[in-house]
Order: sequence, then structure tokens, then C-alpha cells
Amino acid sequence: METVIGLEVHAQLRTRSKMFCGCPTTFGAAPNTQTCPVCLGLPGTLPVINRVAIEFGVRTALALNLRVNAGCRFARKHYYYPDMPKNFQISQYEEPLAEDGWLEVDTEAGTRRIGIQRLHLEEDVGKLVHEGTLETAQASLVDYNRAGVPLMETVSRPEIRSPEEAAAYLKAFRAVLVYLGVCDGNMEEGSLRCDANVSLRPRGAPELGTKVEIKNVNSFRNVQRALEFEVQRQAKALAGGERIVQETRLWDADRGYTRSMRSKEYAHDYRYFPEPDLVPLTFEAEFVDAIRRELPELPRARRQRFVADYHVPAYDAAILTQSMALADYYEAAVGEARNAKAVSNWVMSELLHVLPGDDERAIAASPVPPAHLGALVRLIDDGTISGKIAKDVFEKMVRSGEAPGTIVEREGLTQVADTGALEAVIDLVLAGNPKPLEDWKKGKTAAAKALVGLVMKATGGKANPAIVNQLLEAKLPRL
Amino acid sequence: MISREEVEQVARLARLHLSDEELERMREQLDAILAYIDKLRELDVEGVAPTSHAVPLVNVMRDDENTPCLPQEATLANAPDRAGEFFRVPRIIEN
Amino acid sequence: MTTDLTRLTIHELTGAYRRREATPTRATEEYLARIERLDEQLGAYLTVTNDRALGAAAAADGRYRDGAPLGPLDGVPLAYKDVLCTQGVATTCGSKILEPFVPPYDATVVARLGVAGAVMLGKANMDEFAMGSSTEHSAFKLTRNPWDLTRVPGGSSGGSAAAVAGDLAVASLGTDTGGSVRQPAAFCGVVGVKPTYGRVSRYGLVAFASSLDQVGCLTRDVRDAALLLHAIAGVDPHDATSVDEAVPDYAALLAGGVKGLKLGVPREYFGEGLDPEVEAAVRAAIARLRDLGATVQEISLPTTDYGLAVYYIVAPVEASSNLARYDGVKYGLRAAGGKDLIDMESRTRAAGFGAEVKRRIMLGTYALSAGYYDAYYGRAQKVRTLVRRDFDAAFAHVDLLVAPTTPSVAFKHGDKADPLAMYLNDVFTVPGSLAGLPALSLRCGFNAAGLPIGLQLIGRPFDEARLLRCAYAYEQATDWRSRRPSLETTR
Repeated sequence: METVIGLEVHAQLRTRSKMFCGCPTTFGAAPNTQTCPVCLGLPGTLPVINRVAIEFGVRTALALNLRVNAGCRFARKHYYYPDMPKNFQISQYEEPLAEDGWLEVDTEAGTRRIGIQRLHLEEDVGKLVHEGTLETAQASLVDYNRAGVPLMETVSRPEIRSPEEAAAYLKAFRAVLVYLGVCDGNMEEGSLRCDANVSLRPRGAPELGTKVEIKNVNSFRNVQRALEFEVQRQAKALAGGERIVQETRLWDADRGYTRSMRSKEYAHDYRYFPEPDLVPLTFEAEFVDAIRRELPELPRARRQRFVADYHVPAYDAAILTQSMALADYYEAAVGEARNAKAVSNWVMSELLHVLPGDDERAIAASPVPPAHLGALVRLIDDGTISGKIAKDVFEKMVRSGEAPGTIVEREGLTQVADTGALEAVIDLVLAGNPKPLEDWKKGKTAAAKALVGLVMKATGGKANPAIVNQLLEAKLPRL
Repeated sequence: MISREEVEQVARLARLHLSDEELERMREQLDAILAYIDKLRELDVEGVAPTSHAVPLVNVMRDDENTPCLPQEATLANAPDRAGEFFRVPRIIEN
Repeated sequence: MTTDLTRLTIHELTGAYRRREATPTRATEEYLARIERLDEQLGAYLTVTNDRALGAAAAADGRYRDGAPLGPLDGVPLAYKDVLCTQGVATTCGSKILEPFVPPYDATVVARLGVAGAVMLGKANMDEFAMGSSTEHSAFKLTRNPWDLTRVPGGSSGGSAAAVAGDLAVASLGTDTGGSVRQPAAFCGVVGVKPTYGRVSRYGLVAFASSLDQVGCLTRDVRDAALLLHAIAGVDPHDATSVDEAVPDYAALLAGGVKGLKLGVPREYFGEGLDPEVEAAVRAAIARLRDLGATVQEISLPTTDYGLAVYYIVAPVEASSNLARYDGVKYGLRAAGGKDLIDMESRTRAAGFGAEVKRRIMLGTYALSAGYYDAYYGRAQKVRTLVRRDFDAAFAHVDLLVAPTTPSVAFKHGDKADPLAMYLNDVFTVPGSLAGLPALSLRCGFNAAGLPIGLQLIGRPFDEARLLRCAYAYEQATDWRSRRPSLETTR
């Protein structure tokens, strides 16, 4: 049996205002304070399209290799639900913004190109809170702040072959959106939501099996777990001779299973028709080309360039390019330090530990600007300070925001490289610590390391360890 | 000829609770109107583009700027039922 | 100069204001008193906004005293059809489902008139959600035709028309989707203008059929219509279907006359089913226009017969969608006793909507439902293109079309209980709506029973100036205006 998965991703666009009105889109405001007659669907109100949302849609379409249609239209999608003020959602149906693209996804199994069928824009709905659980609640509460936020929906072709690949697709997809600046990718806040369609079929069979929709898989880990569970569930059922019911299932992350939401007695009849309150959009070639010209280097391309040009391992490159802000930071620091590998280590093991995240805001607020990090690496490379001292200097840089040179000079942390001075310290250490010498003479070469450590301690960490090593190597055999 | 089942299904889609009597009356009236509308089939519309808008406008959009929201009280003022800062609705049964 | 201010037109009234012969407060008080006295019987108003009106009037008083009125509508008492949102004032759309609704915002046209200093007397009665041709479908009350209280004023802007005809407002705003300003204007003997689609903002006009709805003016004479239209017309950033086309000074362009104007008479509007007295009056009016220098030729609009069928798919489809929001969740009526959300919504809509609205919602929902789109809505929108092409072809040869507004005069209450019979009222007004063209109705005579007859003019898109000029020429050359309904024997 082979697994067939398609992913539908909804991304909230990072515009200042909603899709069809001027209300703010910020997350976390008090309920029903970011609404106006239009997004509340009050009688008599009319939508007006947010031009930046359209630009973001085109930008994303181009980055995902879709064909931007020469024209597109909005349509009404009808169903009743209290989080939808008008009881229809303004979306796109027969004439979406863009179609027929793909995303390249890397997994351990290799690189695959997953087709993306279409990309369209629509408005988000409000938030429902149940007084209790959905099953036991006597009433539900509605907050319309989110209603009307611009949403970009993409539908992949059913070409994903494993739960692991699905998680990788979602990760890569999110990275592209964040790079483009069209979505903040914050899955805890619901900026990016995912529904998965999964079915099984005998290997090589031409038709698709009955598909099941899985909702509420809103993290990379949950996408994988939910799909793994569902694939198993379906496989077991089919092996037992059962038929798969076409339905929507909800992923319960706490209990680790999918459960049936409702069996679709009648599928929704959305009664689509073109939105009469909005006029069609047409895109001139020049408009699309201008947006294409301004596309940034995308995550995958940047990752590959880091490996090729900076010779960092693929794993490091992946982390460094997770956010465009971090990748920019890295390159700026490398520009200063000219040691790509060292900067990579510092960023990954030190910088990322002190920052709250790797997003634009966190990087911009970093107490250590890239030039300072670069300068620090250079101070190590040119022997001014030792690696150990550098760690202390870094901590101080984080606390004070000062340049490393300033700190080193003020606190006299310059590495001792003077061989004469170091010889003297070595002699003192050897005199005060006879055991390591004895061990070394007995053939325990590790004792030399202990001696280096003692010398470092004696110099308060300022000795140049390479030189200490050299001197000991020369001295020890003669003792 | 529109059937009783179709009328019931349409009433469900339209969230209109109709009594048996109303359903039957509705069925008759809709039937008559649909019969009248049927005369449109006499016309040849091959190759004719549909009119969705009476004016040939395109690309009407607005800038991505914030405009004042309604105060929370004004938003909730017309609510038939509310709980603090929220609109309150009866329980939702899936299906 | 009469001291009865309620007989004056907009321009006569503001003339009196400027000459200090009258004040907005006095005019408003007279109107409010007259409404108090007569509206019980006439039923034109659903809400009368006494305090607000007097407040606005007082403000206008001051401006006239200072010699600085805001413009031609400053201090003029108007009625607004209850389908237009008025901030802080109940807006019911003639429906129980919106009985409790008070909008937190003004429709753009209401705001523009407010800025111009107009005085809102109140909200006018209408067919529920603008669906109807007699105002008999209002959930609240009946409106009576001032010319004959046993007859309908027309609809759906029946209250607006009756208010003007009965001197309960100087002028009023109505809305026209398939004829809802023109038909009541004809039945009530007033001027009714439906602008080109996109000429006037729909923001705040509670939607019935989005691709057809337009705000229109009901006035005593053509000059008033020119003034009122000018005050409300123009592009609105809140309405993406409004057109950024300059608004001419319609009143300044009225006196051009009709010499050389080419009039087209659509032969399909003069067939069976047209009341002979209506036909006679309309033909006489056409002859009069010829006397005044216009040329007249017969033209053909072959798809006329299909207009109603197109309309009675397109309008209900859009209406069923626009009215989906009325569900007792956020505003309006919520029925008690629902056991869960769906039950509550279904009961709310059942209790809140009247029969005609339910019928159209069902029709529209059916036409959009799975499998029927192409057969109904899809096809109707294509035939709509054919209807438009007919007009385009006609306008290649003529400048304006002249025709009856309605097939009959005002009928008696209860006469058209059958829905289809009611729909047939709109046969001459619907095609112009489908094509998005500007059109107006004005008085061109009376039948033997003394009921007014309306003459319809239809123009090219955004050619309201020519439409009004032709109407003005006819109006000034005739004396239909001098007859008034005998609403009360003492004034």
C-alpha cells in the first residue's frame, strides 16, 4: 500500500489591515475591539479589496512557481456558522489568483517536487469559544476580531508520499512565506494552519483511495504524528476488509488519535457565485514582473549557497537559513570575521541561546549586532584572545552591548602569547603539580591536557592554548 | 416540477423552518415561478459572456491603512445575547 | 407667497429661507405637525425623528441667519426609506427580523445629505427588504396612496413616494432594484429617478440585489430631482462598485430644451397588457415632446419579454445570499425556544421574514444549489448581456427612450395576491435595471378616476443630465403639477 497525502495550508497575511476593511490585524486584542461595520457584516456594508494582500498573494505565487492568472475574481462561499458574520465567506473559486506551481522538499529520502494546484485569497473567520467542550457546552461565545483577516489558501496536489514528507513540506512552505515577509509563520497564534487529506491505495494503482480530511494539525510535529496515526488506522481497517468512510477527522494531540468529527451525510453545498460587490482584478505583465524582480533569495537556494560558498555542513546551513533575519545576520557577521565556520558555530551554539527566537524581531533586538560577533571571531583568529576568554567576552557583550575590542582592552583580557612568560608559568605549574608529569612519563598522554588546563587556570584563561601546547610538547620529553 | 424533498433540502440550506402547510404552498409557488422563468431556454446564449457587473470596472482596491474600529460597546450593542465581551449563541450541534 | 411651507419644492423652500420669509425650523415644525395629523391614515413613516429633525433645523436656521447656508439642501426636510442605515436611528427594512436593529453608522448618502444640512424627518415604510411592488409586504403597516386611500402607493419605496405625494416630506430617498423608485413615483404622481448603476454609493443601503440596487430620489418636480441627485451622487471609497465619474451640475443643465433630441419608443412596451388610459397619456406626452422639437422614432428591444424572467432569477439569487446574515446571532430578532443554534436560526428566520422574502430566498437558494447554477443563474446572466445589447443597439440611433413606467395605474390593496401577478408590475422598469441604465418617471396625466400616470425616460449610462433636461422641458410645457391629492379637506 502507498500513502497519498495532500496538504491545504491557510496563511494569515501580514498586512496592516484586514482583507476588506481597515481594521487592524494584530493578535491578542480584547474581544470584539478590532471590528467595524464591514467585518461584522452589518446590514448595508460592502467589502473593498486590500491591495497589499493582493501583492502578497502574487509574491507568494511567484515564489512557489505558480502561474499568476491574467485575471481573477472573488466569489461567495455559503455556509452557516456563527464565526462567519455574513454566513458566506468571500473567497475565490473558479478564477483563483494563481495555479500550477510546486515546492521542492528535502527529506532523508531525497529531494522531491510537490505540486501546488492553486493559491487564492479569502477572509478569515472569527473565533468561537465553547462554554465547556463542544459536546457539553450549552452556549458558545464569539469574538469577531479575527473575522476579515486576509488569508491565503494553497492546495497541494496529492503528491506527498509520507507523514515525514508532509512535515517537511509544511516546514519548507512556512520558511518561504516567512522569507517573503507575507506571513509571520507563528503557528501557536494560528498564523499558519494546515488540513491534511490522506488516503491509501495499492502501490501503482491509478485511482486514489477514499480520502479522509484531518483537521487541527497545527504544528510540524502534529502533522507528522496525526498522519502516522491515520495511515496506520486506514491500513488496519483496509487489511481487515473494511471500507474507508470519506469524512473529516479531528486530531487529538493529547490522546494521540484522530476521531471522527461528523460523517458527511450531505457534503456542504457552498453555492458559489461571483461576488457582486467586488469588481474583477486584472494583472498587467509589468505588475507581475516588478514583483518577480523584487523576490528575495528563497530559503532553499540560500541554504545551498551557504553550503557551497561558506562550506558549512547542510545541517548548519538549514538552521542558519531558518529565518531570513538570521541568515542576514550570519552573512553580515561573516563579512566582518571572514571565518564562515567559526561564525556558524558562534551563532548556533551561543547567539541562539541568548535570543528569544530567530525571527525578525528577535534578531533586530539582539544585544550583539553582527559586526560585533564578527569582530569577536576575528579577535580569536588573530590570537588576541583565547577561545575560552572569548566566551566570557561574549557574555559581557550580551549584557552591555559593547564591542568586544572595548571589553578586551578595558579588562586586559589579551591573550598571553609571550613564550617567555608562558615558559615561566609552565615551570611554576610543573613544580607545583608533580603527578601529571609522572603520569605522562608513565605513558598517559592525556596528562598533557591536564597540564594545559592547569596553565590556563594559572593565567586566568589568558594563555594562548596552542602555544602552551607547543611549549609543553617541547618541554615534557626533556624532563 | 420541483419536488417536496427538494423544497425541504432548500429550506434546510436556507435555514428556514417551514411547516408542512408552508412547504406545500412554497412548492406550488416556486413551481409556478420556475415555469415562468423557463422561457429563458428559448434564447440562444451560445458564446454570450455573462454580465456580473453592470459597469465594466476592474482593479478597484484600497490602500493597506488602518481606519478606526467601532468601540466594543457599539459592536455588542445590537447583540441579542451577550456574555461580557462576547456574543453568545446557543449550543452548536455538529450534524 | 403661500404660508403653507409643506406645499413648496426644495428650490422654492430654500428660496424662502434665503429671503427670510421662512426658516427651516418653521418648515420642519409644519411637516412634523402634518405627519402627526395625517400619517396615521397614510402610513408613510415607520419612524419619525422629531428631536433630531428639530435639532438639524435649528442648526440650519443659524446658517441662514448668518447668510451662509451650506448649499441647495440646507434645512430641507426629507424622508429616507427605511432600508438606508441611519446612525442611532432604527433601521428595520420593513422587516420584523431587523425590528430591534439600530445601526452604528450612516449610509454614505445619508452622511452626504447631513453634511449638506438636510433635515431627516424620519424613515419611510417599504416592502420588506425592498421586495415588492406595493408596500403591502411591509411587516409593520400598510401605506396608502394619497390619491386614493384604497389603493397602493406602489413599492418597494411606497412610503417614500407617498410622503412626497402627500406633502409629508419635501422630497425623499428611495431605492430602486427593478423599479422600486420609478413605479411608486408613477403610482403617486411624483418624479422618481433611478441613477446609472454605480452613480450613487450603495454603502449603507441594506442589500437586496447587489448588482441592481441603487439609491434614487423622489421629488415634486424635476429641478428638485436634479438638486437631490447632485447632492448624493459621486464615487465612494467604501463602495467598490461606485464609479469615479464627475457629477455634472444637473440643475444648471436643466433648461437646454429638447430641440434635436432623438427619442426612441420601444414597440415592445406598447403591447397587450398595457392599460389603454396609460397608453393614451404616454402617447400624448410623446407627441408633446415632438412639438417641443424632439424627433421620435420607433425602436425595438426584442428581449423585453425576457427581462422579468432574468430579474426573477438574478435578484432572488443575490438576495438569498445577502439575507443569509440574518440569523439572530449578532443583531436583530432572535426567536426564543430554539434548542440549539440551527434550530434557533431556522426559527428566527421563519418568524422574522415575511412570505415574499421567504419565497425569494427559497428561489435564490434553489437556483444556486448544486447542479442548477448553469441552468438558472448562469443562463440568466447571459440573457442579461443580451438585454444590455438591445439597449446599446437602440442608443446607437437615439438619445433617450420614452415609454410607460407601469402597465397600469395604482391598483387596490389586496388586488395582486398572486406573486406572479405582482411581479408583472415591473415589466417596463426591470430591463433598464438589468442594463444598469439611468431612468426616471414623471407625471404625464391622470386616468378618468383621477389616478396619476407615469412617463418613463431611459438614458445612456451616466447621461442623467440629458434625462433630466428632457423631463424638465416636458414638465415646464405642461401643467400636471398643479393637481394635488385631496388628502384632507382642510389644511
